Amino acid sequence: MTASVFFGCTFIAFGPAIALFLFTIARDPLRVIFLIAGAFFWLCSLLLSSLVWFITVQISNKESSSQQKGLLIFGVVLSVLLQETFRFGYYKLLKKANEGLLMLSAEETMPISIRQLAYVSGLGFGFMSGAFSMVNILADSVGPGTIGIHGDSQHYFLSSAFMTMAIILLHMFWGVVFFDSCEKQHWWSLAVVVISHLLVSCLTFQNPQYVGSLVPTYIIVFLVGLWAFFCSGGSLRNLKLCLTCKDKDFLLANHRPR
Amino acid sequence: TCVQCLGDGNTSLQKLATSIVFFFCLSDVSCNSVEQKIYVELNNTVPCVRLLNATHQIGCQSSISGDTGVIHVLESEADLEWPLSKGPNPPYMVLLESSLFTRSIMMKMKNESNRVAGVAVVVPNTSPPEFSPHTTCPNENTGVYSDNYGPNLAHCNTTVWNPRGNGLSYEEFDFPVFSLKEDNETEFIKQCYLDHNRAVNGSAPQYPLCAMQLFSHMHAVTNTPTCMRRNDINFSINPEMVCDPLGDYNVWGSIRPYNDTVFGHKENESVVIAAARLDSRAFFWEVSTGAEGSVSGFVTLLAAAQALREVTHEAPPTRNILFAFFQGETFDYIGSSRMVYDMENGKFVIDLDNIHSVLEIGQVAVHSGTNLFLHSDPVSRRNNTVNDEVKNLVNNLQSSTAGLSFLLVEPNVSQPLPPSSLQRFLRAQPIPGIVLADHESAFNNRYYESFYDNAANLNLTYPSDLSPEEQLEFVTDTAKSLTDVATVVARALYKQAGGNESLVNNIKVTQMLYGFLVSSNNSWFQAVMAPELKNILKPSPPEYYVGVAMSSTPTRLVQYLLANLTGAATNLTQSQCQKPDELPNESRQMYSYLWVQGIVPPNSTERDSFCVRASVRLTKAVSPAFELGEYASKDYSTWTESRWKFIKARIFLVASRDLEMLTLGVGVAVLFTSLLVTYFISTKADVLFSSTREPASAAY
Repeated sequence: MTASVFFGCTFIAFGPAIALFLFTIARDPLRVIFLIAGAFFWLCSLLLSSLVWFITVQISNKESSSQQKGLLIFGVVLSVLLQETFRFGYYKLLKKANEGLLMLSAEETMPISIRQLAYVSGLGFGFMSGAFSMVNILADSVGPGTIGIHGDSQHYFLSSAFMTMAIILLHMFWGVVFFDSCEKQHWWSLAVVVISHLLVSCLTFQNPQYVGSLVPTYIIVFLVGLWAFFCSGGSLRNLKLCLTCKDKDFLLANHRPR
Repeated sequence: TCVQCLGDGNTSLQKLATSIVFFFCLSDVSCNSVEQKIYVELNNTVPCVRLLNATHQIGCQSSISGDTGVIHVLESEADLEWPLSKGPNPPYMVLLESSLFTRSIMMKMKNESNRVAGVAVVVPNTSPPEFSPHTTCPNENTGVYSDNYGPNLAHCNTTVWNPRGNGLSYEEFDFPVFSLKEDNETEFIKQCYLDHNRAVNGSAPQYPLCAMQLFSHMHAVTNTPTCMRRNDINFSINPEMVCDPLGDYNVWGSIRPYNDTVFGHKENESVVIAAARLDSRAFFWEVSTGAEGSVSGFVTLLAAAQALREVTHEAPPTRNILFAFFQGETFDYIGSSRMVYDMENGKFVIDLDNIHSVLEIGQVAVHSGTNLFLHSDPVSRRNNTVNDEVKNLVNNLQSSTAGLSFLLVEPNVSQPLPPSSLQRFLRAQPIPGIVLADHESAFNNRYYESFYDNAANLNLTYPSDLSPEEQLEFVTDTAKSLTDVATVVARALYKQAGGNESLVNNIKVTQMLYGFLVSSNNSWFQAVMAPELKNILKPSPPEYYVGVAMSSTPTRLVQYLLANLTGAATNLTQSQCQKPDELPNESRQMYSYLWVQGIVPPNSTERDSFCVRASVRLTKAVSPAFELGEYASKDYSTWTESRWKFIKARIFLVASRDLEMLTLGVGVAVLFTSLLVTYFISTKADVLFSSTREPASAAY
């Protein structure tokens, strides 16, 4: 539409991600490296799934629209499964790398904990996923026109931006829950992660009924966020302490530096 | 390929909405499904471009990133107050039907041009009653009449030649003006307007509104001296040119050949020049058809040249006859001024003193029963020798109409010559000459220099059940009339050149009319063209705008036609045709040798190509002002055409400013909130994420 829409949508989609990056990751070079590696893993999974999709579409019957629709669903499901597989692969790689890092580093403790790695890798996945979702759309939002001349909904740019924000947050939460379940060998929670990912992807088939896809997605974001919060060591008590600014007392009581 | 279009596996937002488009993506190279959802490109548009001369710029200009405006379909002249004052969503892109494309409406929009983003004109298939965007007095400053020569005849004081002219082609607009055809695209645009832009019961129409964006940014500004100076700025290895001079080639041929390397005055050589012009123009770029304005004239001359071939071989006349076809005459006589300049400076095979007389064929769309008029210059006729020669020429002409259905009449009033190439010859030297035209005073042509001057204007109609090849051979009434005119011209030229009375026959006018006004890609034109030029033949008529590329189709067609019609077929092979000087009897200095495709014999697929030897030449038709570097010249044509990067048009919906600002506001709010929350969380992370597993989590 114009520059204002471009910047508006960029900030909506990437606002939380930028904020998280700036405040939690940018200072620590090790975290940045793991973030980029995570993004790369997501990219590999996308490459693989798009290769499979491309080949299947080429050998399919291009005229039949029901077949193409079916192929689309197959492509989406395959992509989700591949992403989660690569997340698992990344987890295994990080476990191995952790041991290696410990050997190499001069300190005795791990420079980065597996929980932090979970968060960083999830965010990496989210960044790359958001970029691929949003960059094309942002490039077209700069021009003077908006969607609709063929009858499509006008709110495409806005909904894409909100969806992308949701997906980035979700990837981060899924990363945390995933790694935690792998650590604790809770395979059922792993399955729940995969299922919720599939659910969110399939919700997007509701588009252009944007309300129908965005509202449930945000509900899922909230729920998975809560779960990730609890997995990473949060609790209601801590939250209350922070919110009522009694955290200083808590720290003093526990002889912990800030 | 469309790997990118697959996008993210889980954000299939794009996917359902654009899944069908993906299939096109896979076979297409340029795949951008979001862009296709926003913009509809308009393909059949013609822009109006900027032309410059010594003092002015004319034409249209858009801003460098295109002009966007909300579409408004104009219903009447009174409706103009919506885009110009009442409408709440300026700027507007005004869509005009051709009946509303008038001077008063365009001038009103020009005056309020901050509310008008551009104009799109829908050109229908049927012509309006009359329309001429040219000036009322064509080429008034570069003709022969001036304050020194016939001042009472100058500037159309006695006869206004083009009274219907509204001068739109010579106005300057600072918004783009495009033309649309009456087809599905235009229907789509009007439907988009009806769906989104109509004001319901006087209230403002709701966003999103249908808008159009036109790109036609012209690089040249102000006038020719400025743009030529900017052409010469050599700051980089590839200098950016901003404009090019208009010009092409003149075609000339003669009965007796001239040595192409010997220029200047030829002793005892007396030549009768038969002239016609080749080009015309229209308001929009390049779409000029010039049926009555120029095609009628040069087709008649080509036919006369063909008719004279036989008789001049059997009984050669005393004087030579030179057929000259001038390009660029519309733009202040580019071609004829160049030829006169070359003659004055000894750069042409003959010289002004060799010219005995001039017969020019002007607009000759004669209908059966009407007369033709012989225009002459009253000022030069004050000289008795010139007057006697003119009277002689008039006699020859009038006696050549024996047996034909019309007469040749001299106009009653002592009026000036109409705009014609003869005026440039008279500027140099008083030469007896006649211009043959179908109008006694003002033009009969209702569409002079406009895109409606097409085959229909000449009443060139074919029965609908004929195939293209049958149409090529079908003799229309127009063809019959022009054949009569060509007969008169041929006889008169022969007599003027000193030959005796004789009958001339066998003229192929109807095929030429078909080729020049209906479809240039026909079997006869294919047969007379060179193999490497056959791609310029198209299923539509050629465009007669002179252009800047020095390769206009009419010039080539006339060159090859004149060669085929006045020259001789030879037995030379293709390699001999390219190097004829090796043969004893052939000389490239005297003739030009052209290898043409020839016809396809009935039982074969190969063309019977052969070599034509003709005394037909091309000479450069670029204004002397550019040779001399006098870009501000008042004597010669200084027309140039601006350059541009790309020209395109597209339509789309625009959203309201409020929605855009809201999006930006929401974005900034989200960014701010997330920065705050993240700061809060990260500073309190120790507390937030320390849970019951503290003791064992020292190095978790």
